[in-house]
Amino acid sequence: MTLSSVSDVDASSPKHLADKYSIVGVGETAFSRGGLFRTTRAMATEAISKAMADANMTADDVDGMLSYSGADSTFSPFIAGDLGIRLNFYMDVFGGGSSTEALIGIAIGVIEAGMCKTVAIFRSMNGFSQVRIGGTGARSAVPVKGDELHSRAYGWQAAGQMFAPTFMRHMYDYGTTPEQVAMVKVTHSQHAARNPKAYYKNIVTVDDVLSSRFIVKPLHLLDCCVETDNATCIIVTRAERARDHRSGPHALIRSVVGRCCKPRIDMHYQHGPISTVAGHYAKEILWPNAGLGPEDVDITGAYDAFTFTSMLQLEDYGFCKKGEGGQYVSDGTIRLGGRRPNNTSGGHLCEGYTHGMNMVIENVRQIRGEIDDACPIGPDGKRQHTHDYSDSGSCRQVKDVEVSANLGWAMPGTGSAMVMVKG
Amino acid sequence: MAGQITADHLGMTLTIDDLDHENKEYFAWCAKGEFRLQRNPNNGLVRYPPTTRCPWTGDKEAEWVPVEGKGTVYSYNEVHHAIQPAFKAVAPYMLLLVELDTQKGKPSEFEGLRVAGNLVTADGEMAPPDMVKKVGIGSRMRMVLKKLTDDIALPMWTLDEDAEQPAKPWRYAQE
Repeated sequence: MTLSSVSDVDASSPKHLADKYSIVGVGETAFSRGGLFRTTRAMATEAISKAMADANMTADDVDGMLSYSGADSTFSPFIAGDLGIRLNFYMDVFGGGSSTEALIGIAIGVIEAGMCKTVAIFRSMNGFSQVRIGGTGARSAVPVKGDELHSRAYGWQAAGQMFAPTFMRHMYDYGTTPEQVAMVKVTHSQHAARNPKAYYKNIVTVDDVLSSRFIVKPLHLLDCCVETDNATCIIVTRAERARDHRSGPHALIRSVVGRCCKPRIDMHYQHGPISTVAGHYAKEILWPNAGLGPEDVDITGAYDAFTFTSMLQLEDYGFCKKGEGGQYVSDGTIRLGGRRPNNTSGGHLCEGYTHGMNMVIENVRQIRGEIDDACPIGPDGKRQHTHDYSDSGSCRQVKDVEVSANLGWAMPGTGSAMVMVKG
Repeated sequence: MAGQITADHLGMTLTIDDLDHENKEYFAWCAKGEFRLQRNPNNGLVRYPPTTRCPWTGDKEAEWVPVEGKGTVYSYNEVHHAIQPAFKAVAPYMLLLVELDTQKGKPSEFEGLRVAGNLVTADGEMAPPDMVKKVGIGSRMRMVLKKLTDDIALPMWTLDEDAEQPAKPWRYAQE
């Protein structure tokens, strides 16, 4: 079975921008469930401040701002005001997962257009304390209106409820098993155990996942990410400018895809096979623009709102054959020490839910060789990574990372992606 | 200012704005006991859910035509932890995507009219747990229009008693 391609998209013209931009700064608050007790404004200010420090930049060096939210955050002008930043450009957009990579592409575009020179992208959310990302609380009780009459009226609303028919159909179409998919959580928990800032640091087993209570079949509690309060920030600027501020290896942006969609995105279940997700289309922009393919990638950050979302994306971006995602995520490939570790921070399932930002932050640090694990700090002030990935080890720095891929997920029908290279 | 149609379903308020012509007409037909969808007279293609234009051609013209409410479960979910207050009392409940016999595999082999609805009893009540366990991918279903007011009925699905059912419909491995 073959689906139509996007070969008519001109995926060649942006090649002159490959490696011309850097993620020069990254920063985040702690990941908490109620413990921060702060506004999204206060959290965003902290995250941007840390990213600026990481980039060796001051308020005078940042003149652009982008953010995304579901009307659950604070707009850029307030944050810029708190930080003494005078903006030449800002935009606060509506969106959740898949926004990160899309906004990185937009940041490159506005800088190329001469509108500003450096863009701070942030996401700030009290995903546990205020607007529950899982959909419980106030959001579940508002009247059902308009097009939602074909979904929410049936108790089909939360992300897990909406995506479940895709997950279920993948099991039906390809024989994917609950045990295979559970390995995504198991693996990410092993990674999170080496991440001092992860919200869940406990290692879980396949049995733990399968014996946790059902939320919505086929999802158990432990197939779902952890709703947290946090803010995250990445700073994008031209590579030359980035080098003026920061020495050492840089995470250079090779290729981006932003909110690429399947057909009939208004009700994407009308166009199948529904076990195929947006990555099927996005990969035809991502890889040609990057001038490399999945086999060249050292680490991945496949969005894990649920165990299934990592698997489906890794499969549709071509890291394995169609239908073999279950095998790919359960055969050791995605573990630290494996061929291509995924979400080395523990991701959304264990570190904390950020709508995609923490997976980009992690890969920037991996490419720089600056992972914040518990390895000892040497006389040069840098961590001496042991690369000991055994159960007793505490290292999560992957050796010699040259290429990373981030696969952002909004829903089965929409996704974004980015390739970064060391340079 | 436009008016509004409202209805109560399981203690939850449903509303349709007067200016939402497509949804208003769709649910009005349902309330009259008829499942109708928009058909583009230029190419004969029927679409679900209601839209402003033909999703294949962008044509504005549309006529509401009766469509048979029969089909096969294409995929589903089974909610155990309900988040909406209205659904807490009826969990576990099923959301079914039923692929209609009408227009199956058209206009391309990947397409079909996959109509959402909950699994209900023949008289439109949310299905009890023992009935939930009998339904899976491959089950043959017929539509039940659950009337809420004179203006709104919700399409729902129940097992088609007259159809030949698969010996074992595909269900998620763990019950």
